[in-house]
Amino acid sequence: MTGLNTIGRSLLRDDANIPVKYSQVSRQATSAGHVLRILRSIKPGLVLSWLVMGVVVFWALFPQWFTSYSATVGVARQQLRAPSADHWLGTDALGRDLLARIIYGAGNSLSGALVAVGVGLMVGTTLGIVAGSARGRIDGAIMRGVDVLLSIPQLLLSLSIVILLGFGIVNAAIAVGITSIASFARLARSEVVRVRASDYVEAAFGSGGTFSRVLLRHILPNSLTSVIAFAALQLGWAILTISTLGFLGYGAPPPTPEWGLLIAEGRNYLARAWWLTTIPGIVVILVVLSANRISQSFGKAKA
Amino acid sequence: MTTAINIKTVSADAANLPILEIRNLAVGYRGNQGFQRVVHDVSLLVRPGEVVALVGESGSGKTTMAQAVIGLLAENGRLEGGAIRLNGTDISGWSQKQLDTIRGRQISLIPQDPTTSLNPVKTIGAQVAEVLQIHRQGSRAEIDARVIELLTRVGLSQPELRAKQYPHELSGGMRQRVLIAIAVALRPALIIADEPTSALDVTVQKRILDLIDELRREYGTAVLLVTHDLGVAADRANHIVVLKGGRIQEQGPIAEVLASPRCEYTRKLLADAPSLGKTRSAFRVRSRPIVGPDDAIVVENLVQDFALGGKRDVFRAVDGVSFTVQRGTTHAIVGESGSGKTTAARSIVGFQKPTSGRVFVDGTEVTTLRGENLRRLRKTIQLVYQNPFASLDPRQTIFQIVEEPLLNFDPLPREDRARKVHAILDRVDLPQSVLTRRPHALSGGQRQRVAIARALVLDPQVLVLDEAVSALDVTVQAQILELLDELQQALGLTYLFISHDLAVVRQISDTVSVLHNGRQVDGGPVEDVFQRPGSAYTRELISAIPGQRNANQHSFQ
Repeated sequence: MTGLNTIGRSLLRDDANIPVKYSQVSRQATSAGHVLRILRSIKPGLVLSWLVMGVVVFWALFPQWFTSYSATVGVARQQLRAPSADHWLGTDALGRDLLARIIYGAGNSLSGALVAVGVGLMVGTTLGIVAGSARGRIDGAIMRGVDVLLSIPQLLLSLSIVILLGFGIVNAAIAVGITSIASFARLARSEVVRVRASDYVEAAFGSGGTFSRVLLRHILPNSLTSVIAFAALQLGWAILTISTLGFLGYGAPPPTPEWGLLIAEGRNYLARAWWLTTIPGIVVILVVLSANRISQSFGKAKA
Repeated sequence: MTTAINIKTVSADAANLPILEIRNLAVGYRGNQGFQRVVHDVSLLVRPGEVVALVGESGSGKTTMAQAVIGLLAENGRLEGGAIRLNGTDISGWSQKQLDTIRGRQISLIPQDPTTSLNPVKTIGAQVAEVLQIHRQGSRAEIDARVIELLTRVGLSQPELRAKQYPHELSGGMRQRVLIAIAVALRPALIIADEPTSALDVTVQKRILDLIDELRREYGTAVLLVTHDLGVAADRANHIVVLKGGRIQEQGPIAEVLASPRCEYTRKLLADAPSLGKTRSAFRVRSRPIVGPDDAIVVENLVQDFALGGKRDVFRAVDGVSFTVQRGTTHAIVGESGSGKTTAARSIVGFQKPTSGRVFVDGTEVTTLRGENLRRLRKTIQLVYQNPFASLDPRQTIFQIVEEPLLNFDPLPREDRARKVHAILDRVDLPQSVLTRRPHALSGGQRQRVAIARALVLDPQVLVLDEAVSALDVTVQAQILELLDELQQALGLTYLFISHDLAVVRQISDTVSVLHNGRQVDGGPVEDVFQRPGSAYTRELISAIPGQRNANQHSFQ
């Protein structure tokens, strides 16, 4: 297991073994063979993914550390410059530095994705847990509602929600979050059903546990692992979907820097300034891929 | 008895070249902590027509040895030394491709678990035919005919129909017969049977072992029988090899080893094997338990139906079971899988409402309890599950697990709870150091002790043990049974002991009910039922207990 995997695991559960493992690692790391084994077990793809995510998170938190340009105010007579030493990724039609806009945009895109995943995770998981643990009619009612949500094309659904709520980055994020409720609910329900059937849950009821106590003590902690791995996966998807909404003009209004909006705005200059669409596009792809890779490692750590 | 005679004749005229000769075999696995050797310097011989039993507890390396012989070690396993000679040829360094030419033809394997060893998407016929096709045994028509012949030979009714069926349509015993058909298809010189009956009911086990015996005599095949059950080894083998920690403790002709075991470990195994001797009277050297004047459990005409798909169809899992259990005694419910014994236990504990009938536990009628009153009942009656690996929450520490029932009732201050947990841990002979660990860091026996501690922490009157020792090794099983006995004497507990293992039941219980297809076919004090079984089914069950043939010939201790 890589160190990163261990970190990934420690993010997921408060496992008392983790410190033990660390101490073992540090004790054994003295032997050269062990160091070699650790080196060999490092997965470059996963390291790269964490690196990408780390950089993007820092962009979102401290954009001013990475660029001296403004994301919203252009520089006169610097319109549509190709990538150069002054402007690493070139400038757009208003003379704004593209790198600065991507860096400042990370904040909007990431917080949007977090809100979206948060909405899906909270509402979806709650519905799933209620359905899975109550069973019977409540289960039927909730899950049929979820089926209805699933039957509407996701983009269409989020567009209608944005129209209902009004335009804006938060509303777009909420809309994206609502479309992911269904998948969260389904996953959470299946996990709860699995855990509920286990002997230790029955034993907990058998030792006099009330429903809510058993739910909190056993069912929740044991069913949330896959839900959290799924949330990491959804993060990438949410960034993509929010960008889609931004591209269609349903997200952040200009001149807010937002990745989807950047791609949409650059579209008009595709022939003269390819970097305006291509580079934000590549950034979105990299972040989504990284989120997927990290989520995959969560899933493995669980097994 | 006829088999015993036959064994003698076979071994007498077959003292020639061994089929399999293992010399100083060493096998290791690569793991997190580097390379670990699990089989050390093991040597043994298997002669034609002979049954050699490889006996040991889980983790003794017996399955690893069997896998090494047939070249099916796990990915991280490696032969580290020694030779495996099959008919004089050393196959230990052979590649998988070379091994393919002898697997099925000269050595074959009967795997442990018939439920997972067949391909669920292929018909039985296709799977038996596969081994014939791989080794190019004739045309398609010839193979088809041979498949039917084989299925007939292993005692499957309607072989033509079976050949067209899929594994899920067959029972566990039938599936094991199919696996045996595959194993004997090419009349190999050696069959490795890796716990071939451990997953099966006792009567089915007897029939399957009889079949292997029969085929062995007919084809002159040698069998390397891997088993944890000394009773099975005692019945079926001519030669026994006792393994512990990957080392041979003792080997020799079965009669000799059973009669006068030389090594301490073998003596311990023999003493712990419930099927090889002692009844409860021998097991308990004590005065009668504190028998209360009243009955702790009264079950009257218990019926439990389950709906099958439609509303009309019902399956009657338990059909009119009645018994009473005197306070401070042990009552056993015995039956094979599907007999309704677990269903009955669950109704008694109050996990499901019976269709009809009444159940009293400690004077309270369980069947009418609901909600809060049912929850209160948990203080009186507790259940211990079969599988200690599944009945403990993997995320909780042992302390949390044992403490949990206390949190559910009248709140006690933290120190009192901790004191109770420490005390109960002492009671079940667990060191206090396990309290901070999680279940996965404990052995099976330790986990079962934790499960018992959790059940006892509320000071219940009645403990229902659902196959509570079935998943454990024989020595661990003996320890847990001893613990249960001790606890019963000290705390005046009443046990309801659910088991398929008659030998264990005879050892631990005072009274017994025998269940068959949901009906109670026999009941009463244990010795009465064993000495004068009231039904043909009980007689069959008793005669299927392994370890009787040789046990009756030799006396232990």
